[in-house]
Amino acid sequence: MTVRIIPRLEIKGPNLVKGIRFEGLRVLGKPEVFAKHYYAAGADELIYIDAVASLYGRNSLLDIVERTAAETFVPLTVGGGLRSLDDIREVLRAGADKVAINTAAVQNPQLIREAARKFGSSTIVANIEFIHHGDGKYEAYTDFGRESTGIDAYDWALKAAEQGAGEILLVSIDRDGRGVGYDLDLTRRIAEAVPIPIIAGGGAGTPKQVEEVIRQGGADAVSLASMLHYNMIKTLPQDDEAFEGEGNTEFLRKGGGAIKLADCGIGDLKAFLNAENIGVREAA
Amino acid sequence: MGGAGPLVAVVDYGLGNLYSIARACGQAGLQANITGDATDLDKADMVLLPGVGAFADAMSALKERGLADALREGAAKGKPMVGICLGLQLMMSVSHEFGTHEGLGLIEGSVERLPENEPDALHGGRRSLKVPQVGWRPIEEPEPGRWDGTPLSGAIPGIYQYFVHSYYVKPSDPSVVGAISHFGGTSFCAAVAKDNIFACQFHPERSGSDGLAIYNNIAKWLSEGGFPQ
Repeated sequence: MTVRIIPRLEIKGPNLVKGIRFEGLRVLGKPEVFAKHYYAAGADELIYIDAVASLYGRNSLLDIVERTAAETFVPLTVGGGLRSLDDIREVLRAGADKVAINTAAVQNPQLIREAARKFGSSTIVANIEFIHHGDGKYEAYTDFGRESTGIDAYDWALKAAEQGAGEILLVSIDRDGRGVGYDLDLTRRIAEAVPIPIIAGGGAGTPKQVEEVIRQGGADAVSLASMLHYNMIKTLPQDDEAFEGEGNTEFLRKGGGAIKLADCGIGDLKAFLNAENIGVREAA
Repeated sequence: MGGAGPLVAVVDYGLGNLYSIARACGQAGLQANITGDATDLDKADMVLLPGVGAFADAMSALKERGLADALREGAAKGKPMVGICLGLQLMMSVSHEFGTHEGLGLIEGSVERLPENEPDALHGGRRSLKVPQVGWRPIEEPEPGRWDGTPLSGAIPGIYQYFVHSYYVKPSDPSVVGAISHFGGTSFCAAVAKDNIFACQFHPERSGSDGLAIYNNIAKWLSEGGFPQ
């Protein structure tokens, strides 16, 4: 099996954003243009998460999904604020291949079962966002990290798998955007306990850390945001259509910011993993 | 999308996500008609049978809507037919997914579960490869020249395609195997090419430019009057 490398694009209104620990969201540019560049660079899939997920912003998300689906032909997973079978149908119709469900599934785990039955298990990704409180205590959060649930993230992952989710997207909120590496412990416990693939997310800052979450964490796929976005920003010309709009990436282009991430794109990452004997798809 | 390209009936039996397939058809200049109406199959230049989910559910949904018979009739008349993922599996004569179930019988052979005990070298041998298999796998030509005259024509052996499956097909006649792939140490049939039928376990509509090339080949041949025999 090859390991899938999946850029994760967080969206607020019409913009690609990125924060640290899901907070302080900075506008980076146009998500559909970043997606197109990632597709060309060999991304194995794409993930969109609507960070605000207000009813008001739904049309803007659907527009972005539609424009992305017209130009990229790898699996596109869309999540954020999907509450019903109708919501799911709407994003699939707009061009998503899979949907990621978090908040609504925590409130009503039956939604995973119903959605899997209707759209196929492989279409439904359980999106588990968690904070490690220390001492092996992992709590699931909903609403893009805004609401605590009191639910143990490990238990919830097992339940989501039982309900018929096709995959689990497991994202560490406390590591998000910091480049400190993935949460190996929880990823490994879940990866070994459930029969479905795990996409690890949150914390990637170097190719070595990606290797660790695959070998030690047992991840079947990895999602990355800041590391790939900041590399893309440095690689693209300043007048690229990716930056049309309200983003201000000048600061990032000059390497600003307290968080240091490896200057590594998808091609570099795949070459690194390949050299470490981790199978990846060679991009056409 | 739209236009006056060849008409493809994308068979809708109430399960699964058909929009990606419709979009890939549009990209290749094919008109996709997502339909659950058996009479639409006869009107189309080609029938595309997609599918996700459980074999038995899909088979009963096809029968309820009169689509199973329409598919068999279409195949018998030599209408070009394409199956994707569960659509390929449904074309077989029998499936062993949760019991034994009769399929459409367009291709002699069975549907079998991927082995649960293939060692997963990548993750330190702590566990077996996961079933379902989700992700990109290279596909190979069973013998040189096998892809000529099929929708894989022009593809380079070893191209990666996107798979999501727990089962695979085992045709009785090895000569209908159109492509092979591997799951750990198990090699399996990744596509079938037989007369007017091409069906694949992978998802060309999600497999980048190599996948779109398959749709483009299909569109080209339909414009020229059907699959080459």
